[in-house]
Amino acid sequence: MAELHIALEVNGEQREADVEPRTLLVSMLREDLELTGTHVGCDTSQCGACTVLVDGHAVKSCTMLAVQAEHTAVTTIEGLGQPGSLHPLQQAFWDKHGLQCGFCTPGMIMAAADLMAHNPEPTDTEIRHAIAGNICRCTGYHNIVAAVREAASVMREGAAAPATNA
Amino acid sequence: MTTMTTDVLGAPVRRVEDPRFITGHGRYLDDIKLPAMTHMAILRSPYAHAKIRSIDTSAAKAAPGVVAVFTGADIAYNPLPMAWPAGGASGIQNNVNTPRALATDDVKWTGEGVAAVVAETAAQAQDALELIDVDWEPLPAVTDAEKAIADGAPQLHENAPNNRVFDWQVGDKEATDAAFANAAVTVHQRLVNHRLIPNPMEVRGDIGWYNPGTDEYTIWMSSQTPHIQRLLLAAFVMGVPEQKIRCISPDVGGAFGSKIFCYADMALVLHASKAIGGRPVKWVEERRESYGSTIHGRDHITYVDVAATKDGMVKGLRVKTLANLGGRLSTIGPGIPTTLYGRILSGPYKIPAVHCEVTGVYTNTTFVDAYRGAGRPEATYVVERAMDLVADELGIDPAEVRRRNFLPPDSFPYDNPSGLLTAVNGSKLYIDSGNYEPAMDKALAMAGYADIAAKKAEAKSRGKLLGVGLSTYIEVCGVAPSKWIGAVGEGWGAAMWESSNIKVHLTGKVVVTMGTQPQGQGHETTYAQIISHELGIPMEDIVVQHSDTQGTPFGYGSYGSRTSNVGTGAALKAAAKIREKARRYAAHMLEANVEDIEVEGAEYRVKGSPDKKKTIQEIAFALDLAFDTPEGMEPYLDETAYHDTPNCTFPFGTHVAFVEIDQETGNVELVRYVAVDDVGKKINPMIVDGQLHGGIAQGIGQALWEEAVYGDDGQLLSGSLLDYALPRAEWLPSFELDETVTPSPVNPLGVKGVGEAGCIASTAAVANAVIDALSPLGIRHLDMPFTAQKVWGAIQAASGGSGSAKGGEA
Ligand code: FES
Ligand code: FES
Repeated sequence: MAELHIALEVNGEQREADVEPRTLLVSMLREDLELTGTHVGCDTSQCGACTVLVDGHAVKSCTMLAVQAEHTAVTTIEGLGQPGSLHPLQQAFWDKHGLQCGFCTPGMIMAAADLMAHNPEPTDTEIRHAIAGNICRCTGYHNIVAAVREAASVMREGAAAPATNA
Repeated sequence: MTTMTTDVLGAPVRRVEDPRFITGHGRYLDDIKLPAMTHMAILRSPYAHAKIRSIDTSAAKAAPGVVAVFTGADIAYNPLPMAWPAGGASGIQNNVNTPRALATDDVKWTGEGVAAVVAETAAQAQDALELIDVDWEPLPAVTDAEKAIADGAPQLHENAPNNRVFDWQVGDKEATDAAFANAAVTVHQRLVNHRLIPNPMEVRGDIGWYNPGTDEYTIWMSSQTPHIQRLLLAAFVMGVPEQKIRCISPDVGGAFGSKIFCYADMALVLHASKAIGGRPVKWVEERRESYGSTIHGRDHITYVDVAATKDGMVKGLRVKTLANLGGRLSTIGPGIPTTLYGRILSGPYKIPAVHCEVTGVYTNTTFVDAYRGAGRPEATYVVERAMDLVADELGIDPAEVRRRNFLPPDSFPYDNPSGLLTAVNGSKLYIDSGNYEPAMDKALAMAGYADIAAKKAEAKSRGKLLGVGLSTYIEVCGVAPSKWIGAVGEGWGAAMWESSNIKVHLTGKVVVTMGTQPQGQGHETTYAQIISHELGIPMEDIVVQHSDTQGTPFGYGSYGSRTSNVGTGAALKAAAKIREKARRYAAHMLEANVEDIEVEGAEYRVKGSPDKKKTIQEIAFALDLAFDTPEGMEPYLDETAYHDTPNCTFPFGTHVAFVEIDQETGNVELVRYVAVDDVGKKINPMIVDGQLHGGIAQGIGQALWEEAVYGDDGQLLSGSLLDYALPRAEWLPSFELDETVTPSPVNPLGVKGVGEAGCIASTAAVANAVIDALSPLGIRHLDMPFTAQKVWGAIQAASGGSGSAKGGEA
C-alpha cells in the first residue's frame, strides 16, 4: 500500500512519518515514533489504554487515523512528565497507589489531564464520569479517583500560590 | 555514628515500580522489538465443532510480505500437557484431551487455531490469513454442561463418553445423608455461577526466537509462570532439553490467572522461528481473538441442599456441581473445580457433614481454568447463598445465622469435614487461624446494619428497593506444601515451594532474585521492604529481579495468592543465611567468637564492646574481595534459599454490599460497599488495600455485569469488549475498608495473602444484596449477572406482570 508522508507535533517536537492510509494514530506513535507508553488494550475503542491528547483534547488514538493527526499537536504520556519532572497527575498516581500493572495508567492519566484542563475542581462523580471510557482491571478505580482528586488539589494550590522560583 | 535504616516493613511505602509505569517506560510484551523480527497471525476456527477436511495455504504463501505459513500437520510437537488432574484418594480417571500448537483433525470451539502466517508486518500476516482456504465439515455443537452430559448430546472426544472429563467427590456421603434424614429444615437451590472472561488490560502475546548457532530457544511471554513454562515446553511439548529454552516475562499488564498456563501460541512462535531460520516471531492476540485463545473462568451449574435445625444450625451440606471445562483441557483446568472448590465448601462454618460431587464436562467452548479466586469464589458463592437461603427459610437474620454457625476462635488449627484439604497418607492441611465474629461485628457496625429497616423504608419512599448482602468468606492462599501435593497428586503434580537468591555486592548494594512473577502486585517493592528490614540495608540500595529463567532461581510463579506466604518465606530464609554468614565473617574481622556477635539492623557488634563493630556493607566489601577469609569460608555474600510452606493460609472477613433497585427499570445500583478483611499482618498496607479494591471490583463485575454468553451453535455472543461488560469507574462507588489482624502462624511474618480475597467475597455479597432487595416481592433466588433486563423481568414476573425473567428457579 502506498505510504503517505505526514508531519505533526508530538510532545513539543516536530515529527514526520511515512504511514499507510490505514495506519492508526496509536500504531504510528508506537511503531514509527517508538513512543510505547501509549498502549493498545482492545480492538473496539472500549478500553481507553490508547488515550492521548490531540490539540489538548483526550482522544482514543485507536479511533483516529495517523493521517488525520497531520498538523496537530499530540501529547503522549512521555510528554506529560518524566522522572524528576513529574506532572502532578503522575505524582498523585504514584503517591496514591493509583496503578498496579500500569497498563491502563498512561491512558487513564491522559484522560484525567483532559478533565483537569476544563474542570479544576472536579467532584468524585465528575472524575468517575471523565474516566468512564478508560477501563482499569486492577485497581477497582478507588485509588485512581483518589489520585485525580489529589492532583486537582495540588494543581489548584499551584495555580493559587505565587511562583517561588522563576 | 550508627547506620540505622528506617524500618519499612509494614509501612505504606510508595512502589518502586511506578516511575516507569507513570512515565510510559514500562516494557510490556508488545513494546519489544527485536532485529529482523517477523509477525505472526493465527487463523481461528469460525465453527464451534468441525472436522478439518483440508487446508489450502498456497495463496497465503504467495501474498506480499509472507515469510511462511504453517498448519498443524507441519508441527511435530506433542499436545499441551494437563498438569493438575482432579486427584483424590480413589485415583480419578481424567479423560484428557488438550490443544496442540495448531489443531490437526478437528476443532472443538470457535477460536481454536488451525493455521498461522508469519510475515514481515503484522498487517501483512493478518491480510494473508484471509487467503487460507479451509474445507470444513461442521458438526453439531453443545455449549451447556447439563446438555452436554445428556443422552444424545454431540460427543466431543472418543475417550470421554458423554463428554465427562471426570467424576470426583469429597467429604462423607453417609454422614451427610444422615444429616438430611434427621433434619428439621432443608433448603434446596440450583445455582449458576456463570462463565467469565478474565480480561487483563494487556492481552497475551509471545516472541519466539531460535538461535541456530547455539540451538537455543528464547521466548518472551506475558506469563505468570516463566519457569513452569520452560519446564512444560521443554519436557512435555517440544521434547528439547530444558537448558535449551529460556523464558522471559517482561512487565505483565495484569493476568488474574489467565497467564498461568501453557498455551498453543508459545509452542507456535518457537516452532515458527526455527522453521524460518531463526528470525524472531512475534504474536500478540487481539482482544476479540483473546476470547478464544486465552482461558475463561467459572461456569458451574450447582445443586445445593442444606440441612439445618430450627434455630439455623447447619448440619449438612450436599453439593453437586457440573464444571464446564471447555472443548479441550487447559493446563490445570480439572484442579480448579475440585481441589480449590470442593474441599473448602464449608467456608468459615462448623458444618459437621459435607459431601460434594463434581463432574467435569467437555463442551464446544473456550477452555476454562483459573480466574481470580479460582474455585474459591464459586465455593463461597454456594455456601454464602446457602446461609441466606437458610435465614430466609427460618426468618432469622442472615448475620445471626452466620454468627451461630461460625467456627469458634478456639477451633484452630481446624481440619474441616469436607475432607477439606485432607489427603491420603495422613498428609493434612488445616485452617491455620481465624476469628470470624469480630470481623463481622466490625463490618456490621461500619455498615449501620442495626438501622437497616429504616434505611430500607427511606429508599422505598424514593421508589427504590434497598438490599443489603453479606459475605463472610474464607480464602486459601499459597497452595500447598509439596508433601501434600505428592500425597494427593493434585497441584502441578510437582512441588510448590518457592525460591530466593540474595547477593550483597562489593558496594553494599543488594540484588534479590525471586522465582515468583508479579503482574501488578508490586513485588519489587514488598520484597525490598522485607529484605531491608531483615538486613538493615536501605530500600533504595536493593533491587528485586524476577521473570527470567536465566538469572533467577526456579520458582513456580505467582497465582493463588501464594507470593506472600510462600515467596516471602524463601526471601526470609535467604536473608537469614546472609545474616548468618555475615555474622561468621564479622567474628573473623573483629577477632571474636561467632556467639559473641550480636546483630542489630546493619550492625554486627561484639557483645559488651559496642565500639567493636562492622556494618553489613563493610563485611560484604571484605568478604566479596576475599583477600582474607577464614579456613572453609567461601567468598561473597551470596545465598539461595528454597521454602516449602508447612500449610496454606486462610484470610477471612465480612463484606457488606448495599444495592438499590429501581422498580421501574430493574436497574441495580451498588450504592455502598463495606469490607473488613483479615489478611494477617501486612508487608505494605497500601498495596494490600489496592489488591482488595481490585478484587472487590472484579467480583462485583461478575454479580452485576460480566457474562460470557454462547449461542446454541457455539458462537460467542459476548465476543468483544463492546459486548462483554467490564466494570467502569462510573458504575462503582469508592469502597469502605477496615481490618482485623489475626497473624498467621504458618510463616514468621504472620502474613496470609490478599490477591484474591476481594474477588472471593464480593460476588456473593452483591448477589445476596440483590436478592434481599427483591425478597419483599417474594423472590427467593435469581441467577447472576443482575442486569436491568433480568431484574426487571423478575420483578414483572413476581408482581404478575408480563415480563419474563431468564434467571434461576425461584
Ligand atoms: S485501544 Fe482500546 S480504546 Fe483504544
Ligand atoms: S493498573 Fe492494571 S489495568 Fe489499571
